[in-house]
Amino acid sequence: MSKLNVVQAINQALRHEMERNPDLILMGEDIGKDGGVFRVTEGLIDQFGERRVVDTPLSESGIVGVAIGMAAYGLTPVVEIQFMGFLYAAMEQLISHAARLRTRTRGRYTCPIVVRTPYGGGIHAPEHHSESTEAFFVHTPGLKVVVPSTPAEAKGLMLSAIRDPDPVIFLEPAKIYRAIKEEVPEGDNAIPLGEARLLTEGKDLTLITWGAMLHPTLKAADRMAEKGVEAEVIDLRTLSPLDSATIIRSVEKTGRAVIIHEAPKTCGLGAEIAARLCEEALLSLEAPVARVTGFDTPIPLPKNEKYYLPDVDQIVEAAEQAVGF
Amino acid sequence: MPKKVVHEFKVEFLQILDEAGRVDRALWPGLDEKEIKGFYESMVLIRTFDEKALNLQREGRLGTYASVQGQEAAQVGSAAALRPSDWIFPAFREPGVSILRGLPMRMIYQYWSGDERGSAIPEDQHDFPIAIPVGTHIPHAVGAAWAAQFKGDPVAVAAFFGDGATSKGDFHEGLNFAGVFRLPIVFICQNNHWAISVPLSRQTAAATLAQKAIAYGFEGIQVDGNDVFAVYTAAKNALEKARRGEGPTLIECYTYRLSDHTTADDASRYRKVEEVATWRKKDPIVRLRAFLEREYRWSEADEQVLRRQMQERVAAAVHEFEAVPPQDPQTMFDLLYATPTPDLIRQKEILRKRLQQKKEKE
Repeated sequence: MSKLNVVQAINQALRHEMERNPDLILMGEDIGKDGGVFRVTEGLIDQFGERRVVDTPLSESGIVGVAIGMAAYGLTPVVEIQFMGFLYAAMEQLISHAARLRTRTRGRYTCPIVVRTPYGGGIHAPEHHSESTEAFFVHTPGLKVVVPSTPAEAKGLMLSAIRDPDPVIFLEPAKIYRAIKEEVPEGDNAIPLGEARLLTEGKDLTLITWGAMLHPTLKAADRMAEKGVEAEVIDLRTLSPLDSATIIRSVEKTGRAVIIHEAPKTCGLGAEIAARLCEEALLSLEAPVARVTGFDTPIPLPKNEKYYLPDVDQIVEAAEQAVGF
Repeated sequence: MPKKVVHEFKVEFLQILDEAGRVDRALWPGLDEKEIKGFYESMVLIRTFDEKALNLQREGRLGTYASVQGQEAAQVGSAAALRPSDWIFPAFREPGVSILRGLPMRMIYQYWSGDERGSAIPEDQHDFPIAIPVGTHIPHAVGAAWAAQFKGDPVAVAAFFGDGATSKGDFHEGLNFAGVFRLPIVFICQNNHWAISVPLSRQTAAATLAQKAIAYGFEGIQVDGNDVFAVYTAAKNALEKARRGEGPTLIECYTYRLSDHTTADDASRYRKVEEVATWRKKDPIVRLRAFLEREYRWSEADEQVLRRQMQERVAAAVHEFEAVPPQDPQTMFDLLYATPTPDLIRQKEILRKRLQQKKEKE
């Protein structure tokens, strides 16, 4: 085991799977010689060659569309889109084709592709580089959406994403690419998709989050603990399919829920979770389900970014309100 | 400094069989009587299939359908040049190609009737089901060609689309990849002159669609799309070139959609009667029949026999299509993911109960 950051952990997962599966191809803009704009694919072209680590033309719809055909033929394409804000050019390919290839061909052709893309704010990036619009993809039947929150999680979830027989959108929180290091198992630590993880146990409150927002949420839970409030923290890990059971079970126990995400509030995934809690755990609720989210605005340019992103204080405030309701 | 020409290009037009049914012997692709009659039989079969589809739609036995009349030569010529191991990616106006590839006609009727089982391509066929969004299947074909090249399989891929698709980004992105990576693919554009109500002049300001290939670094050729011999020759050359590893080709089949865009469209709103009449004279079936009469003494009696046989085949397909038992609606949950998600399992159960209650009420 060695201490790795998220970038290194994903690199290790890709290397591991490329060694295992000779039909795995990496494709994307600048992923070869340059190692990707965040260096996630660094060194892979040296080990696996230009045939398997392909610098493509600048062409998001083309990359995803081509990957669909490759996958149908029998390869395992893992593609990188440089930023989530550039993935919209490939939306039609994802929604109209990748997501429904299995269903529209009655299972004859499948689409085991992984679309990796950095996402989220907090990296002082230009426009279109800090998007958090995971709900678009969660709303699309046929896709799976995965968001890791730590290096070990990133590796384990990536291994499963690549092995998954269906298309997976793998959102890499850019803010924590290099911010956290932890011990990452060298071998095969595949983490099953579709299972949330419970990080802390508590009886007073459930905090539900994913990706980079896990870290301020954990800090908020620590602060609440100092005041004697015991919070359960749930890291969703897979946004689609959503692990409702873990969420419901926890809120049935705690009676209170705060959902934290950096995506815009309206129709964000928090709205879906709140609705499910109302449908399935209403009588357990001791307080309204609260959401701590970004605003319904495009994520601002770097100078105003900190006013947009949820922080520890906001999470603590929402949690206190829920507990004091 | 004087300006200099840095590159020049030309686009060739290929016609072997003219409108009077005469062939250019110098360009003859070496087909024998049996093959030629096979082409004719296929074209008549597709026309019969199509006429029946339009009738079924008018009688309410079929949903919206996209007719292919006028484009039979483009489809028969290209399909005949394909090998079973090649892959095809059709748009939605290629029932002829699919039929000739072996897709049961019943399934095409089934698809247009709204039954998803019509998209279940038989396991031994390397065909994609039809793509409804325009041009978006072109990158898929390119990806399959890339995968074939990667695996070293000696196969070619054919992507079919119309003139409207050449306005879409996916067309350009797909052709660009194919050119850059020298992939074993043939792009077969059936330029039928109309994308619903919008004429070719609104799809492009270019003199030909074939020339678009040149911008991507490979050869484009325009062929008389109503001349089955020209289409066959161009497709065969391009597919062989692809299988040899010499890269992609764009074939523009210059043809015409004689019918409406779909059964939900009325082309008389935007198309002049005289224009359609001009193209009716170029009907690919009429033209090949004239050739058969001239070269092989094809008679009215031969014609009648063939028409009857094709009608019987189509009637049998309609019978099979209408005999298929209804689809179980619960299957909508089964084929979305390899393993249904907990939400899908719950929703399937809701539908199951609903169906059961409905049954009990009846």
